Amino acid sequence: MFKWFVKWFHRMGSPPHFYRFAGSWLPWLTVLFALLTVAGLYGGLVLAPPDYQQGESYRIIFIHVPAAWMSMFIYVVMAICGIIVLVWRMKLAEVVLICSAPIGASFTFLALVTGSLWGKPMWGTYWVWDARLTSELILLFLYLGVIGLYGAIDEKRVAGRAVAILAIVGVVNIPIIHYSVEWWNSLHQGATVTKLDKPSIHWSMLIPLLLMALSFKVYFIISLFQRVRAELLHRERNSRWVEELFRS
Amino acid sequence: MSMSEFFNMGGYAVFVWSSYGLALVVLVLNWFIPYQQHQQNIKKLKRQYRQENKQNDSSS
Repeated sequence: MFKWFVKWFHRMGSPPHFYRFAGSWLPWLTVLFALLTVAGLYGGLVLAPPDYQQGESYRIIFIHVPAAWMSMFIYVVMAICGIIVLVWRMKLAEVVLICSAPIGASFTFLALVTGSLWGKPMWGTYWVWDARLTSELILLFLYLGVIGLYGAIDEKRVAGRAVAILAIVGVVNIPIIHYSVEWWNSLHQGATVTKLDKPSIHWSMLIPLLLMALSFKVYFIISLFQRVRAELLHRERNSRWVEELFRS
Repeated sequence: MSMSEFFNMGGYAVFVWSSYGLALVVLVLNWFIPYQQHQQNIKKLKRQYRQENKQNDSSS
C-alpha cells in the first residue's frame, strides 16, 4: 500500500503525467460541479424553510459559509504544498501552491463581502473590527502576500521557496479564525456545523449547505487543474513532452 | 410561493441576490481567466512550432 502510494506520488509529480491526468478529469469534474450546484441551490433557495429569526436573509449562508470554509481549506492546501516544496523540492507542489493562491483569495473575498451583506440587515452594520472578521481579512492579505511575493522574485525556484515559507508561517492564522468566535466576544455567531457534538442546524438547511460546500470544493479542483495545466505548459515550454503534444 | 415572492426574499432581496450574483461573478472569472490563459499558451506554442518548422524546411 505504502509502496503503491509512493509510486503514485512520483508519477503525479511528473508534469506531463499530471497535465494529461488533470485534462482527462476536467469534464467529469465539471459535470459533478453542475449537479452539486443545481441540487444545492434548489435545496437552499427553494426547499429550505425561512429561518425563524432571520427570515429569508439567512439564505446567504449557502454562499457565505462554503466560501469561508474554502478560504481556510485552500490555505491549508497551500501550507502542505509549502512543506512538500521545502522538504522534497517538488516542482509540482510549487505550481499547485502558487496556482491555489488566487482561488483562495477569491473565496476569502467572497466570504468577506457576503458576510458584510449578511451583517448589514442582521447586525445593522457592514463591518466590525472583531476577531472573526479581522482574522479573515488578514487571511485575504496573506493570500495577496503570497501572490505579490511570488511575482516580485524573478528567479522562480527562489520565489517558490519564499512563498512556501510564507504559506507555512501564515497557517497559524487558520485556527485563530476558527476559534476566534470562542476566544473573543464577537457579533459573529458560533460554529453550528463543525463542532464535536451534534450540529445545531436543521437537516433541511444542513443538506443544501453541505452540497454547496462540496460544489465549491469541486470547483476549486477544476479551477486549480486549469491553472496548473496553463502554468505547467508555460514553465515546460522548452521540454520534449510539450513539443510532442503540439508539434504537428 | 409565487415567483415575485421568491425574488423578493422577504424584503432582503438586495442582500441575498447581490451575494449570489457576486458568487456567480467570482466563480465565472476564476473559470474563464485560467481557461483563456491556457488557450493562449497553446496558440503561442503552436505558432512557435510552425515557424520553427518553416525555418527548418527552408534551411535544409
